[in-house]
Amino acid sequence: MRIWKFGNDIDTDAIIPGRYLTEYDPKKLAEHVFEGTRDDFRIAVKEGDVVVAGRNFGCGSSREHAPLALLGAGVKIVVAESFARIFYRNSVNTGLLPLICPDTGALLEGHDLTVDLAGGSLESEGARYPFEAVPPFMQEIVDAGGLVEYAKQMKEVELCTKSQQ
Amino acid sequence: MGATLVEKIFSTRCGKEIEAGDVVMAAVDRAMIHDITGPLAIQKFREMGGERVFDPARIVMLFDHQVPADSIQAAENQKFMREFALRQGIHNYDLREGVCHQVVLEKGHAAPGEIVVGSDSHTCTYGAAGAFATGIGSTDMGFVLKFGALYFRVPDSIRVEVNGAFAPRVGAKDLILSIAGDIGADGATYQALEFTGETFESMPMPGRMTCSNMAIEMGAKAGIVPPDAITWEYLRERRPEVRPFPLKSDEDATYSEMREFDVTDLVPQVAVPHNVDNVVDVDEVAGTHVDQVFIGSCTNGRYEDFAEAAEILGDRKFSDDVRVLIIPASRDEYMKTLRAGLIEKFVEAGALVEAPCCGPCMGGSFGLLAPGEVSLSTSNRNFRGRQGSTEAEVYLCSAATAAASAITGEITDPREV
Repeated sequence: MRIWKFGNDIDTDAIIPGRYLTEYDPKKLAEHVFEGTRDDFRIAVKEGDVVVAGRNFGCGSSREHAPLALLGAGVKIVVAESFARIFYRNSVNTGLLPLICPDTGALLEGHDLTVDLAGGSLESEGARYPFEAVPPFMQEIVDAGGLVEYAKQMKEVELCTKSQQ
Repeated sequence: MGATLVEKIFSTRCGKEIEAGDVVMAAVDRAMIHDITGPLAIQKFREMGGERVFDPARIVMLFDHQVPADSIQAAENQKFMREFALRQGIHNYDLREGVCHQVVLEKGHAAPGEIVVGSDSHTCTYGAAGAFATGIGSTDMGFVLKFGALYFRVPDSIRVEVNGAFAPRVGAKDLILSIAGDIGADGATYQALEFTGETFESMPMPGRMTCSNMAIEMGAKAGIVPPDAITWEYLRERRPEVRPFPLKSDEDATYSEMREFDVTDLVPQVAVPHNVDNVVDVDEVAGTHVDQVFIGSCTNGRYEDFAEAAEILGDRKFSDDVRVLIIPASRDEYMKTLRAGLIEKFVEAGALVEAPCCGPCMGGSFGLLAPGEVSLSTSNRNFRGRQGSTEAEVYLCSAATAAASAITGEITDPREV
């Protein structure tokens, strides 16, 4: 899969501008993904391409439209040095896999990237880059196939069930 | 070992000792949805098999982002939410009351020790009332609508201690911009900011709301002010059943970080495009021409903001070169401003006064900028494209700086007009 490289502090307004938020169909949102900030993206992005960014990807709004726009564009994985909290969780909930990798600086625009989920690493141009494991309680949601599927399996929740991170 | 305020809130809720880093499924006291993220939350609730919401009385619904509906699709989304509220028995403030965060607080939907979630990132505003309040996405909100609970990773806290008294024309907005500049846009990610010190202890509620509101601009999960006499007085009529009780961090609580600020010599602050943490003293950007000045939003759309703006305006007019948009954050704030004669004053001076709503803050429905234009705004974000064209620039400041700049047509130190 091909790398689309972004910098630090990519905010949710950049991913999907506010004026399109009446829409929540991923395909329609994808028509405006990165509009005005990275216009080549929505024209040339291919199914399975991967977004690679620096620190604080997805900062700003709680709009789930942001991960949905990326999913609509065919992106299933975003790799970043760090993610904003709400975006990270929205991504897991909607099925966009956010991978935290401290070495994104070495990953370059246009290069191929392969993701070894079981092995916990990325590979590009012959080099391997480890990524952090998804936190255990988030992994449960990932394993269930997203929060909707996870929620469907339960009649009621057990309050204050607790796990140590 | 001592506990932080946030750890205490979760420990009380869970009936056992909870520490930062624990992941808990905790019941929520209140959930807020609005016109932008609400429709998707309702859709997710249904996809999860939801039929009846967990407790209609603990859900707050209102429309504020696209008000009145600016497109057929916005109207459809609002109609969809109205019908859902009616069927479920949820009280819907609809488009009558104003911006979600102001309305939740002024209607008493958040109180000390409560856990409140909202499908809007600035939900952290309710930390001003001593609540643990955080923004969540629509799918998480769908889960909350169904179960009345959500998984939380209990955050570490950064203690932000602020001392000193503000100089004239300097206030809470300048303080929180300066804190954001110091901590950075991701400096508090996954943590809570606990605002303490003599400056906060004497700060009225509007300033506390401004500071808690912008905790998210540092990545924080919550921005909380320990409840005190000012908090309880604010809640006395709004939540008469909630009796004051002590709630603060233990002396020996463990913080991830301690930060100290002194506002004695603080001067008006401005966040420069395109990052909220790109903060400078006003004199560094003074003289920059502005095309639009927006005084409003959940950050600074309260009576106190308009009163200070009006005081600076005096008998003058706003510059003909500037479009001045004044939008109260809520109907209550609008009425206070109206009754004080300030709306008349602003309109006479050349401003456009709009009904309570988010307005240009999100760049959704009106007040958008053309390429090359500059906006000076009292709102909370200056991301590229936030208020229209990605080739426009948004600067952030206090209502005082905004008013002074609206008079001169360029960014101006409010102490100099």
